[in-house]
Amino acid sequence: MSTKAKSSLFLQGALDSSPLILAAIPFGMIFGALAITTGLSSWATLAMSLFVFAGASQFIAVTLLASATALPVILLTVFVVNLRHMLYAASLMPQVENLPQKFRFPMAFWLTDETFAVVSNHVAGKKDTPGLHWYFLGSALAMYTVWATCTVIGIIMGQQIPDISSWGLDVAMLVGFIGIVVPNLKLRADWACAATAMFSTLMTYHWPNQTGLLFSSFLAISVAILLDRRVKVSVEQNHE
Amino acid sequence: MNEWLLIAAMTVLTFTPRYLPFGMAGKVKIPPILERALTFVPIAVLTSIITQSSLIRHGELALNLANHHLLAVLAAFATALISRQLFIIVTVGLAAFIMAKWLL
Repeated sequence: MSTKAKSSLFLQGALDSSPLILAAIPFGMIFGALAITTGLSSWATLAMSLFVFAGASQFIAVTLLASATALPVILLTVFVVNLRHMLYAASLMPQVENLPQKFRFPMAFWLTDETFAVVSNHVAGKKDTPGLHWYFLGSALAMYTVWATCTVIGIIMGQQIPDISSWGLDVAMLVGFIGIVVPNLKLRADWACAATAMFSTLMTYHWPNQTGLLFSSFLAISVAILLDRRVKVSVEQNHE
Repeated sequence: MNEWLLIAAMTVLTFTPRYLPFGMAGKVKIPPILERALTFVPIAVLTSIITQSSLIRHGELALNLANHHLLAVLAAFATALISRQLFIIVTVGLAAFIMAKWLL
């Protein structure tokens, strides 16, 4: 693949991610502000965005720190919350299987809800996606740069406006996810998957450490598979 | 608590689940039904996250007009049924949130 094709995929990845990245801006700023108001130092706050680079985990760690939770409990919670990334990575396995490890490392490090949403949207319905890693890295690097910058802005704002974390700015992320999920609800199985996820989440929200989220995701996927005609067809073909 | 120890441990615990499937890709063959199941991951996980953060506020089910997150999500949902443009969906959702904050 030519350098030009690579850079155009890289740019397209960044561009396709821009609505979600814009939505992540308030999120990053709130993180920075929240972290320093709960007593994390400015450098540690920035380091968390640079090395951990996982919004949900960062928020949970800081929230638990504020309530003086023990380190092992924080770490266990972070790990459980991150298990959804394992599902994300697993669903992209066919796309990375021919890539050298030097690409898989940065792609794994930069795998977020946003980049996964955009990349899986890009892959959906296509048989082959050459140079997908450049698209992925474009999305991821744009997200990383903005996240780090917003953390710094948040640290500064947190010193000026202490109650900024109560403004509810995280709503931007939610409407961004709506914009990814809803246009991809095409089959009956897709709708059933979304409806099950919603219903099950409402039944399990009081479970500790986001275990309800994981349980609901698995349940929703199982329901979708049971209703999915394409799988039934391929299973029948295998029997013949 | 040592904040640097926390960050180092979190880095490992975040990277590992992200990397494991990528590292194994190509070495293990995923059965077709599992591969198909994984295509439902975005819908399942993202819907669960949306539900958790919009229908449930402060640890309780909040089906009322005071829940501005829910109003924003509903506005974004209605828009997404008409337009597939992510930017438009996000803009309408945010506009609904700001209006709800001001008017309600």
